[in-house]
Amino acid sequence: MEVFLQQLINGLTLGSIYGLIAIGYTMVFGIIGMVNFAHGDVFMVGGFIALMCFMILTAWLGLAVIPSLLLVLLIGMILTGLWNWTIERVAYRPLRGSFRLAPLISAIGMSIFLANLVQVLQGPRNKPLPPMIQGNFVLMGSESTTVVLAYKQIVIVVVTVALLIAFWWLVQKTPLGRAQRACEQDRKMAALLGIDVDRTISITFVIGAALAAVAGVMYLMYYGVVSFSDGFVPGVKAFTAAVLGGIGSLPGAVLGGLLIGLIETMWSAYFTIDYKDVAAFSILAITLIFLPTGILGRPEVEKV
Amino acid sequence: MTIAAQTSLPAARAAESQIPKAAREAGFAALVMLGLSFPILALRTEQNMSNELILTSRWSWALIACIAVFIARFVQILFRSALAKTLTVFGSLVLLGGLARAAGAAFDTFAASVFAIGVALVALGLVWERRAATTPPSTRTAAERFAWFAPAKPYVAPFALGLLAAYPLLALAAVGQGGSIKWIDNFGIQILIYIMLGWGLNIVVGLAGLLDLGYVAFYAVGAYAYALISTQVIPATFPGLGVWAFWICLPISGLLAALWGILLGFPVLRLRGDYLAIVTLAFGEIIRLVLINWVDFSNGYAGISSIPRPSFFGVPFNASDEGFAALFGLEFSPIYRTIFLYYVILCLALLTAFVTVRLRRLPVGRAWEALREDEIACRSLGINTTNTKLTAFALGAMFGGFAGCFFAARQGFISPESFTFLESAQVLAIVVLGGTGSLLGVVIASIALVGGFEILRELDFLKQVFGESFDPTQYRTLLFGLSMVLIMLWKPRGLVSTREPTAFLKESKAVSSSLVKEGHG
Amino acid sequence: MSASLQTRTAAPLLQVDHLTMRFGGLVAINDLSFEARAGDITALIGPNGAGKTTVFNCITGFYKPTEGMITLTHPDGSSYLLERLPDFRINWRAKVARTFQNIRLFQGMTVLENLLVAQHNPLMIASGMTFLGVLGTKGYRESSRKSIEKAEYWLEKTGLVERADDAAGDLPYGAQRRLEIARAMCTDPVLLCLDEPAAGLNPRESLELNTLLRSIRKDHGTAILLIEHDMSVVMEISDHVVVLDYGTKIADGTPEEVRNDPRVIAAYLGVEDEEVEEVEAEVEVVAEQVEAEHKA
Repeated sequence: MEVFLQQLINGLTLGSIYGLIAIGYTMVFGIIGMVNFAHGDVFMVGGFIALMCFMILTAWLGLAVIPSLLLVLLIGMILTGLWNWTIERVAYRPLRGSFRLAPLISAIGMSIFLANLVQVLQGPRNKPLPPMIQGNFVLMGSESTTVVLAYKQIVIVVVTVALLIAFWWLVQKTPLGRAQRACEQDRKMAALLGIDVDRTISITFVIGAALAAVAGVMYLMYYGVVSFSDGFVPGVKAFTAAVLGGIGSLPGAVLGGLLIGLIETMWSAYFTIDYKDVAAFSILAITLIFLPTGILGRPEVEKV
Repeated sequence: MTIAAQTSLPAARAAESQIPKAAREAGFAALVMLGLSFPILALRTEQNMSNELILTSRWSWALIACIAVFIARFVQILFRSALAKTLTVFGSLVLLGGLARAAGAAFDTFAASVFAIGVALVALGLVWERRAATTPPSTRTAAERFAWFAPAKPYVAPFALGLLAAYPLLALAAVGQGGSIKWIDNFGIQILIYIMLGWGLNIVVGLAGLLDLGYVAFYAVGAYAYALISTQVIPATFPGLGVWAFWICLPISGLLAALWGILLGFPVLRLRGDYLAIVTLAFGEIIRLVLINWVDFSNGYAGISSIPRPSFFGVPFNASDEGFAALFGLEFSPIYRTIFLYYVILCLALLTAFVTVRLRRLPVGRAWEALREDEIACRSLGINTTNTKLTAFALGAMFGGFAGCFFAARQGFISPESFTFLESAQVLAIVVLGGTGSLLGVVIASIALVGGFEILRELDFLKQVFGESFDPTQYRTLLFGLSMVLIMLWKPRGLVSTREPTAFLKESKAVSSSLVKEGHG
Repeated sequence: MSASLQTRTAAPLLQVDHLTMRFGGLVAINDLSFEARAGDITALIGPNGAGKTTVFNCITGFYKPTEGMITLTHPDGSSYLLERLPDFRINWRAKVARTFQNIRLFQGMTVLENLLVAQHNPLMIASGMTFLGVLGTKGYRESSRKSIEKAEYWLEKTGLVERADDAAGDLPYGAQRRLEIARAMCTDPVLLCLDEPAAGLNPRESLELNTLLRSIRKDHGTAILLIEHDMSVVMEISDHVVVLDYGTKIADGTPEEVRNDPRVIAAYLGVEDEEVEEVEAEVEVVAEQVEAEHKA
């Protein structure tokens, strides 16, 4: 029971991070129907920006941890958004409306480019930071096992939930969100009705990257380390989460993220940590075979 | 310049008036670059003596990047000729390199000459642009422009085959025994492996239109099948067959990979498009993770070593009396094995091409292409789409398995590191860059990407520009990723963008790729 | 028109019994029964959204009906329950071919290749499931030659032989419609289902289509089931018309009968059920007037 509770807490924390990244995949897929393969690496770039901004703020400017973190979140979201904006503008927009595989290959190339750019610029080694937030609540203690809720886990879940609410409001209630949903339904018609489709798509990329940047900050805070190769695996898992939840569906992305997080931690606890990724991928494959459009995806009626 | 602008065509005058706009756009781009360079380019994280992370700054890099982006954007807007754009931008970069060298080290003759080359390239670009701007744009279509090439078309394939067959001997003649191993092995064999993988994946992606992001899994199955059977099974059961191991395992590897293709394909092939892509990607990762973690089976990260090398049909390549050299009365040299391996992979690749060409003209091949064009129409015509997809998937997997078996035999050592997603991406990139379903395209793309990738090893002279600490090899993957993006931007439809029909009534007319679909699954 | 009515065989070729198709809460087809006889041209008409294409999709296996039975009886007596067959078997075994409302050609393949793909199954057998084909045996080469001859026959019949080596996507719209019919005919169907074959055709092309469909029926004995909005085509060539509205059959009979059916007119003019009687009366008046004018 204690193990289960502890893993539940850990799984939800990890799942929040995956969910934040997955939203970027699912939004971009929803609006232009492409898999932004570089998104995982944008998340990694976000992590690096967070790391370096945090160091500037604390080591050079001598700010305290909490205000630094808030500033880091803000700067990270803006700068990572700028990265994704540029990537979309340079590598995807010229290919929009052409051959379906072209943007995919371009995105894979971009993913390789980003990871290696960071490697070349910052070196191949892991970048460790001393823990930002320490301490925890002990929820349940017995002699053999304790259930611990770390402060940083609370921060991660709270920030994620707050952002999701803000984001939900943005998509559901603002003109921007309406434009976005209109573009998802029918881009040509939206353009005919006077929506600036290019701008809407750009903003989608920026929002996706901003959420990935938050995930990057959370990841850095949780693990205390980031490296150039950290984009791929969380990226693939977040993509998996997006597909599991039903690609194109925003609540699906979050749900998928949480599920992947839980599957991973539970598997590590009850079976073997070595095969946790295998478990996540296998469950994805099995889910898709029985639920071909994911958990919350709209079932496709084949148009004949 | 102003005189020319006043007297020449309106196009030149229009370009003149665009300068403020171009400058504005370029300024904006430079500003974006400034934003991007903070903090990742402008600062560097390093570990100090006590293993703590510290920041050092290098604002000059950010400055150079901003200037480079400014020039590139400026030229891109203002110039019309693609060649002039390339020349000018590249020249400016060289010029900046010379400046950086001068600023960093000393203004020596080397810096001066780099600087001079840069200036010369920029000047050439400017001259070319002037020429392009004053001549009216060509209205000829691509077909007309390459009309002179049409009579040579039937000879391309035989010539290419002859060149491939003669390549090791040419290399041997050109650089001698010692030097040619590198050229035959790193370039010849390496490129041929990717050509074969590309041709194999082409059946799945190019013909049947099924997006497979986990092709490396079948490559891994083939490689591990050979490695395990030749190091574990054969010595334990029929040690006498040791020299024949490669030839026995080659078909087994292919069949095993095909079997895995069917096992995976059966449940997932009814998924469409991106779902199929993610499941194949997941499958590729699962295979790799299992190979890493199931140490008893695959020896984990450490991999499998001392895998037997292929024999010359039973005659080993060693210095013994029964060896290849002794048998043919030659002096022992490792080059024979390399040349032999080259011909083995050449034959395997040609087998793949032969089967593909042959099958395209058979009902099954036409059904693959029809499936790529319109799956629903296929079903209305009585085609069993599941079986058709499965055959494409299994056949593609089989060739991947053959290639894997060869790879293990050539390396003598394999580990899960060789079967990462990057490999799948590289093979997929080769297929897409080559053009839908085009065999020739795959060859060109392999030579460009793999050959280019290998050639970056040879860029030692760059050390002279950037100093001894500069390691050109670490930029290989970076440039590889960048070139994937650039080639797609340049030719989204791939290099060879027409489709040859499989049957004709009167004359065979190539189909423009703008009509060819890319498949939904 | 009536000649085929008299000579038709006893058993219907296609029999649809109590067909119902629901999508979630939406009832697309509601308890529909009708027949199509061998050698007949049966038209399925109705206003937009009446469920005509859904009926086609049920017959050709793209949708599995919620309820009901679709029986196809070949002239030789063998019969098939279409709702139980997977879609590709409906074409291959039961010999039902179809075209699509928004043309589905293999656009990147040539016209000839399109017709060869349609002969996939017989060619697959001739190629010994590919193995003999790879070896290039004589038997396979022979059937390969025959398949091209058959394609050529249909190309001539549809007036496309000049364009045989062009990409299907390059053809003008009317030619694409004809190619789709030729492609369906290459599968040797006993029943050909055409989904709005005249849509987007100019009057001349429409006439050519009539000739083609008549000849398909006459020379090949293939029965035709067609959905069509162009009443000139429907009235001109069909032997039997079934009218659908909101997924229910509202009329069934010869073109003459259907043309004068007040419920049909009401459905097309869009009136409520209660007003049908009024319309009925009006129609009678108008019909009388027209007749009077004719006589005058």
